[in-house]
Amino acid sequence: MKGFQIVLKGRLFHRLPRSAYLWIGIIALILLPWVVGASGGNYWVRVLDFALLYIVLALGLNVVVGFAGLLDLGYIAFYALGAYSFALLASPHLPQQFETIAAAFPGGMHFSPWLVAVFSIMLAALFGIILGFPTLQLRGDYLAIVTLGFGEIIRIFMNNLDRPFNLTNGPKGIAAIDPIQFFGISFAKPLDLGFVQIPGLYLVFYLFLLLVVAIAIVCIHLQNSRIGRAWVAIREDEIAAKAMGINTRNMKLLAFAIGASFAGVAGVLFSAFQGFVSPESFTLWESIVVLAMVVLGGIGHIPGVILGAVLLAIFPEVLRGIAQPLQQAIFGHVIVDVEIIRQLIYGLALILIMLYRPGGIWQKSGATR
Amino acid sequence: MAHLLLDVTDVSKRFGGVHALDSVGLQVPYGSIVGLIGPNGAGKTTFFNVITGLYPADSGIFLFDGNSYFPESVSKVTQSGLARTFQNIRLFGEMTVLENVMVGCHCRTKASVLGAIFRFPSTQREERSIREKSLALLAYVGLSESAHMQARNLSYGHQRRLEIARALATEPKLLALDEPAAGMNATEKLELRELLLRIRADGKTILLIEHDVSLVMGICDSLTVLDYGKVIASGKPADVRIHPEVIKAYLGQGAV
Repeated sequence: MKGFQIVLKGRLFHRLPRSAYLWIGIIALILLPWVVGASGGNYWVRVLDFALLYIVLALGLNVVVGFAGLLDLGYIAFYALGAYSFALLASPHLPQQFETIAAAFPGGMHFSPWLVAVFSIMLAALFGIILGFPTLQLRGDYLAIVTLGFGEIIRIFMNNLDRPFNLTNGPKGIAAIDPIQFFGISFAKPLDLGFVQIPGLYLVFYLFLLLVVAIAIVCIHLQNSRIGRAWVAIREDEIAAKAMGINTRNMKLLAFAIGASFAGVAGVLFSAFQGFVSPESFTLWESIVVLAMVVLGGIGHIPGVILGAVLLAIFPEVLRGIAQPLQQAIFGHVIVDVEIIRQLIYGLALILIMLYRPGGIWQKSGATR
Repeated sequence: MAHLLLDVTDVSKRFGGVHALDSVGLQVPYGSIVGLIGPNGAGKTTFFNVITGLYPADSGIFLFDGNSYFPESVSKVTQSGLARTFQNIRLFGEMTVLENVMVGCHCRTKASVLGAIFRFPSTQREERSIREKSLALLAYVGLSESAHMQARNLSYGHQRRLEIARALATEPKLLALDEPAAGMNATEKLELRELLLRIRADGKTILLIEHDVSLVMGICDSLTVLDYGKVIASGKPADVRIHPEVIKAYLGQGAV
């Protein structure tokens, strides 16, 4: 069996040098939106763009849950903080509500998404630490409950801060948010390179892809560092970690802050990409979906987490494309709503993974959890 | 008392109505191996947990390496140079053997988040030196061949050795071992004895909780005997073994 594996590996993976595979991968990713756009239309390119944002979220949550072992059920709140930061700082909403702000920005509020991204990183990290402090002594179920409450508090604030003064526009949400710009190039309209026009959705794909690559590298570097090892040590045995001289309090706060800052960046890009935010996008269900991506893909294992995020971001759309026409063809009308089927399958998938492959679909080699 | 590395006196600890430690004192001279023995439930591990900061002491005077300290935080005690192992082995099971030792280097290294993310040349140098030091420690305790195994898959005796290597990685002045020979067979005990003597010969001081009387008698320079949270005897092994209180504690009243 072992000999067979070696032969198989030799055939499949060592015929070309490693860099060749890297280049094939890069070219495939560059072509991906064109292929998907040509065969499925812009709708599917949008799905890809969102999948990339979910990868960022899942990688961030993986730092907290996968590396440091702190179960966070309110993670989406940091995403909301980033999204609302940009929505407020780059839309007509605030100038419309407050005369002083309108007077201060006669041309309208149009902060650069990059500036707001930096601000959101700090804001989300700060809130991560604020959440971390009172919960340091908690583990497992207790921590999960407190973080869940935190996530709901943020969402409910967004939902209700239209009174006494209208800050968030309540459940109606904030619209007309500036699109992403990059050195004067707007991602809302196609980029004309002379020989080819790149649609805005494709530009967004490339931008998000760069972000995913950057964040994945950050995660890998952190994992293989003194800090990443300290996190795993805390996850494995907190008392023993302390006995190694690790300041577990600071390390946990750091995990919360770093995970939160990833979500903050993703939030800014989400609201710029979408042009609209409302509290509906930041429900507990969203936190659970991101957690499911981490757990399903391979908790603590970066390629696994990326796989999980891609699968769970694309799956509902595929399901929508199949389940509805299929039911119509068989029964003449839709019997079970697609949303319900989706939740059913999520639940079933998680149960099966926990039973048969608790380390996730693509787990670290040698993991025996 | 300049020759004492650890000097604690009058340590008391209550759990509700139970007086787990009743003004216990212990002195560990530089470069020695001191044994702490006593029947089950005598308070040995409680004493360990108190001096390493795991349980807060109700009272006590603590001197380590000439400085007074009050053990409140386990990580600070380790940083100040007192490393321990655990009676019920506490390895990081999902990590490799090498990574376990590398975690031990944490408190003697200082790469920051930015250093970790951007891998500055200084961070890379530090990372290399952590690796080399850890591999050297694995060789020192005889675990080189298992470096890339998962720690949980090690045999029992090897897990004990790994705990010692991991504790040594924190560069302790005092190595405190909680029943390192528990569950070992005769060969493993002999190897452990040889390892402890080697560690002492290399300039470390060892505090040892142990049940195995032959091991303790063979290598300890002095012994302290606890029973019901009190020190009933201390001194040279040969004197302690014929001390009437000790015989009474181990064998019962009638044996005296």
